[in-house]
Amino acid sequence: MADKKVVIYSTPTCPICKRTKEYLTEKGVQYTDLNVAGSKELTKEMIDKSGQMSVPVIIIDDQVVVGFNQGKIDKLLS
Amino acid sequence: MSDLMIIGGGPAGLAAAVYAARKQLKTLLLSKDIGGQVNLTLGIENYLGYQFIEGPELIDKFQSQMNQFPIDQKIGGKVSRLEKTTKGFQATLASGEKYQSTVAILTTGKRPRKLNVPGETEFTGRGVTYCAICDGPVFTGQRVAVVGGGNSALEAALDMVKIAEYVNLISLTPLTGDTLLIERLKGSQNLSIFLEHETERIEGDTLVSGIVIKDRKSGKRQKLEVSGVFIEIGLVPNSELVKGWVELNQQGEVIVNCASETSVPGLYAAGDVTNVPEKQIVVAAGEGAKAVLQAHRYLQRLTV
Repeated sequence: MADKKVVIYSTPTCPICKRTKEYLTEKGVQYTDLNVAGSKELTKEMIDKSGQMSVPVIIIDDQVVVGFNQGKIDKLLS
Repeated sequence: MSDLMIIGGGPAGLAAAVYAARKQLKTLLLSKDIGGQVNLTLGIENYLGYQFIEGPELIDKFQSQMNQFPIDQKIGGKVSRLEKTTKGFQATLASGEKYQSTVAILTTGKRPRKLNVPGETEFTGRGVTYCAICDGPVFTGQRVAVVGGGNSALEAALDMVKIAEYVNLISLTPLTGDTLLIERLKGSQNLSIFLEHETERIEGDTLVSGIVIKDRKSGKRQKLEVSGVFIEIGLVPNSELVKGWVELNQQGEVIVNCASETSVPGLYAAGDVTNVPEKQIVVAAGEGAKAVLQAHRYLQRLTV
């Protein structure tokens, strides 16, 4: 698990983003949290990588997870 | 085979699970997520015991309380079919797995209502969103449309006028939300309100670029250039699993009596999916608890 690179694009007002981050923390996963609110660069980066304008977007290595999809996150982390 | 199957993991389902465990019922919780609509709720100031708590934090507390008990949980899969069997009920997941129980409680809640216009599904997550508090900040400095005329739409518009370049509020009817919110909106410089306008379609290439609206009186159409469309037109009950064999009201809510019983013996329902008035966390949790206690009595009657 330690060698996976996990990035989450989120906004500070998004409850489900918070839940996703808490879930990752509980699992002992280290992640980079990128706040897209008000950042054109990060918003563009998120859209380029995922085609998504809805948060959270989670990138595990180069795999994209849209929303708090626990099943998919578990699978990609294992 | 379980004694009890709970379908749905929001406040009603989680309260039901805790009560079921305390009655020592062999319980299975099936849900696509834990928390349901509370996951989309930022601040809660009316759940007893907490003067203020965030949605995800309250759900974590519910979940850790539930996890003190030996409850079988299948989280992440969607129940695609629920049926009555000779011995009780059977749920089938989208993956094909099947689960049986003697009694069942439906706590599947509600989901955002869709407009059902061209472009909506295609652009969901690509400019179309049903969670304004989540995705609002993504559209900082952009032009957006908010569709709806009730409190959720007005709140979304109020949040967005602060950060968006321009906000178009499009309502099929006159505004139906609180006067206080309407008054607050009226001072905004970067806002247009289109009353009695129908949203006809959402357009774009890979992402949303505009929305076409039609004046219901004059029939005149116009295109508004926006990159975000916030749809806030209410909620619909997740009652498809029991449609056709359990009594529903006109809104599609499961009809329950004061003992949480549906029209099918052994099948109970609680929370936002039901016709119980007032969709509140505390009401849903209370109804979930009551449904289990009633289901427990039903099980006792079966065994004597």
